Amino acid sequence: MKIIKNKIIMEDDWNVLRLNEQETAEDIVVKPGKQIVPLKVWLAQRSTLQLRSDLGVWLASDERPETIKDDLQQFSVIAVDFPRFADGRGYSIAYNLRVHLSYTGELRAIGDVLRDQFFYMQRVGFDAFAPRPDRSIEDALKGFSDYSEVYQVSYDQKLPLFRRVQRKGRLATGSVNE
Amino acid sequence: MYRYDEYDQQIVDERVTLYRDQVRRRLANELTEDEFLPLRLQNGLYMQVHGYMLRIAVPYGLISATQMRMFAHIARKYDRGYGHFTTRQNIQFNWLRLEDTPDILADLASVEMHAIQTSGNCIRNITSDEYAGVAQDEVIDPRPYAEILRQWSTFHPEFAFLPRKFKIAISGGKEDRAAITAHDIGLSVTRNAQGEIGFRVLVGGGLGRTPIIGSEICEFVPWQHILTYAESILRIYNQYGRRDNKYKARIKILVKALGIDEFRRQVEADWANAKDGPGTLTEEELNRVASYFTDPDYATLSNHNSALNEFKADNRSFSNWFQRNVKPHRVPGYAIVVLSLKKLGVAPGDATAEQMDQVADLAERYSFGELRITHKQNLVLADVKQADLIRLWKEASTSGLTTPNIGLLTDMISCPGAEFCTLANARSIPLAELIAERFDSLDFQHDIGEIELNISGCMNACGQNHIGNIGITGVEKKNHDEWYQVSIGGAKGNNSSIGKIIGPSFTFNQVPEAIDRLLQVYLRERIEAERFIDTVRRIGHAPFKEHVYATTFEVEQEEVTDKSVVTPAQYSVPFYSPRF
Repeated sequence: MKIIKNKIIMEDDWNVLRLNEQETAEDIVVKPGKQIVPLKVWLAQRSTLQLRSDLGVWLASDERPETIKDDLQQFSVIAVDFPRFADGRGYSIAYNLRVHLSYTGELRAIGDVLRDQFFYMQRVGFDAFAPRPDRSIEDALKGFSDYSEVYQVSYDQKLPLFRRVQRKGRLATGSVNE
Repeated sequence: MYRYDEYDQQIVDERVTLYRDQVRRRLANELTEDEFLPLRLQNGLYMQVHGYMLRIAVPYGLISATQMRMFAHIARKYDRGYGHFTTRQNIQFNWLRLEDTPDILADLASVEMHAIQTSGNCIRNITSDEYAGVAQDEVIDPRPYAEILRQWSTFHPEFAFLPRKFKIAISGGKEDRAAITAHDIGLSVTRNAQGEIGFRVLVGGGLGRTPIIGSEICEFVPWQHILTYAESILRIYNQYGRRDNKYKARIKILVKALGIDEFRRQVEADWANAKDGPGTLTEEELNRVASYFTDPDYATLSNHNSALNEFKADNRSFSNWFQRNVKPHRVPGYAIVVLSLKKLGVAPGDATAEQMDQVADLAERYSFGELRITHKQNLVLADVKQADLIRLWKEASTSGLTTPNIGLLTDMISCPGAEFCTLANARSIPLAELIAERFDSLDFQHDIGEIELNISGCMNACGQNHIGNIGITGVEKKNHDEWYQVSIGGAKGNNSSIGKIIGPSFTFNQVPEAIDRLLQVYLRERIEAERFIDTVRRIGHAPFKEHVYATTFEVEQEEVTDKSVVTPAQYSVPFYSPRF
C-alpha cells in the first residue's frame, strides 16, 4: 500500500491492526512483522510487544496521548485514527504528542484522511498520511500547498507571523476608498 | 479600519483558488456531497430552501463604503438585488448558484473580504460592539484585539473540526453591547487596579436549545496572553466536547458537565505550557494593528447647534428620528447615526442593492467612508457631524432608512425563518411583518419605549429569542402546523438574563394579540419611566401569564399548506432551487 511520507509517495508495509467485534485486546494474536496495534492491545500485551524491534501503535480519537508518555521510544510509528473526516480530536492529539510530549518519530494520520485536511494535519505535526485508497494519491499531494503563509503558532511553525516578518501598519498603506 | 497587507491578501487569494478547485472537484464528482459539505460550510456556503446561501464575514461588523458597494454588486449580479444583514453582523445572500460562488469570493477578495469560517464547526467570525471607538462609555477600543483574534483564528489548524461551532464576542464599553454573556467565549476588555489592560473572560454562554449565561473563567487575562489563553480553552473543548449529539456539543455543555472550576483547572494546566511562549502577543503587533483604528480626522466642534435645535422643534419626524436613531458620540460636535433596516413591509435586516449603494455614498459624504452592521440588523454611521444631521436625515429618508424606531417595538430581530432556512419550524419574517403592522403607530411605540422583541423560527435561536424582552420561537408540532412559544424576561447587556416561556404556544395569527396583551399588562403595571423588562423583573411572570390566557383568541386562521414552498413576500418571481 502507498502512503505519503514527508510529502513523498512511497510504498509502505506497515499493517494497521484493527480489532473486530469478536476480538479482545487481551486475546488477539499480533502477527509477526510491522504491526501498528491499537492502544488497548499495547496496554494489554505490553510485556511481549515491547520485545519487538519494530512496533507501531495507533490512538483512537477518544484516547489520550498521555497514556503512552513513558513509552514513546518503544514505537517506530504512532498513528492517529480519524474515524470521520469531521472528527477533529486527532489534531489536538497530534499537537499534544509533538509539543507537550516531545514525540519526534513518525506520526501518521489514518482512517478518513483526505487531501483537504493535509494542510492542517501537517501543521499540527503529522508527517505521514495514509489517504483513503479510493482517491488519487497523486492528487492528494496538492493538499500540502494550499496556503503559503499562516498566521498562528503550531508544531510546524514555532513563531506566529507577527514575530517572523516585519508587518507594516496603517501609515504604509492608503485608504480603502482610494 | 484595518487594511490587508500583502500577507492578509495572499491568504485570502489562496483561499479563493483552493475553494474554486473544491467546487470544481465537487461538480466533477471527485468529492461527494458529504465530503464537500464541511468544506463549503467552512466557507459560509449553505444549501437552503431556495438555493445556496452564502454568508460573508464582516469582521466585528465594520466595513468600508467600497466594500458595501461590492455587496450591492453581488446582489445585482449573482442574487436578486437584495442582501440580508444578520444578528452576527454579517451579510447573507440567499439565491446563489454554486457555480458562481468562486467568482463571488474573488470579487470579495478584491475588496479585502471573504467568507472564511462564517459557518461550520470552527471559530466563527468575531463580533463586537457596534459603537466601538466612538461610544461615550468606552474603556478600551476592542477593535484591534478583535482583528488580532480574527487573524489568529483564521485557518487555525487545530480547531477546524471542533465538536460544534464556536463564537467569540468582544466588548470594550462599560455597557456590554456585544452580548458577550451569550457566546462560547465572551471577552470584556478592561483595566485592572494597576491600570493594565486585559480581558475578563467568560466561557460557555450561548443560546440555542440550551440557553446559558457564560461563566467567568478568568477575571483578568493580561492582553499579551489572550491568544494563548483562548487557545487553551479551545484545546480542552476540542478534546473533551461531546461529539455524539450535535445538540449537546457546544462548549456550554462541557463547562456545565465539568463545572467551571474543573474546566478552569484543565484550561490552566494546558495554558501553563503555552504561557509566555512565542504565541504571546507583542506590543509591536498590537501597535501595528491599533494604528488602523486611530481616530479619523475629527474637526474641533462643540455640541451646541442652534439650527439643529430649531429644526427639531419644527419637525416632528426629524425630532422622532433624532430621539431614537441618533446616539451620543464621545467627540464633541459628532453623533452616531443608526440607519434602520426595520421599515414596515421589509424583512428585518434586508437591504436592496440600491440602498447599499446609497448608504455607501452617505458613509463617504458624512462618516469617513465607514459603516458598521449591528447585531440588531441595522446599519451605523459612526462619525457624523451634528451639523450634517439634517441633510443626512433628508437624504437617508429618500432611501427608506430613517424609520425612527431604534430600540422600539418594531426594531425587531428576526432570523430568516422557514421560507429560507431548512432548520426552521416556522416562518419568522412574515410574523415580524404582521407584528410590525399591528403596532405601526409611532405614538404607541414611543409610549411603550425601549423593548426588545426577538423572533426565531426554531429553537436554534438565531433570532436570539432567549435574550429578547419578548422572545418568540417557532416550535415543531406533530401536524407540522406553525406554532410559536412566547417568552418574557430575557435581556442582553450587563444585566443579561434568559427569558421564560409564559405558557402554551400560539398560532401564527395569535402572536400579535398575545404581544398586545403582554403590553397591556405592562401599561397597567409600570411605574413612571420603568421599561418593559424592569416591570417584568419587578412583578414577575404571573400577571402577564394570567392576562394573556384569560380570554380566548379570536383570530382567523390562514391556511399554509406547505410553508417551505411559500414564495417569500419580497420576491414576486418564482425561485431557482437546486433542491428540486
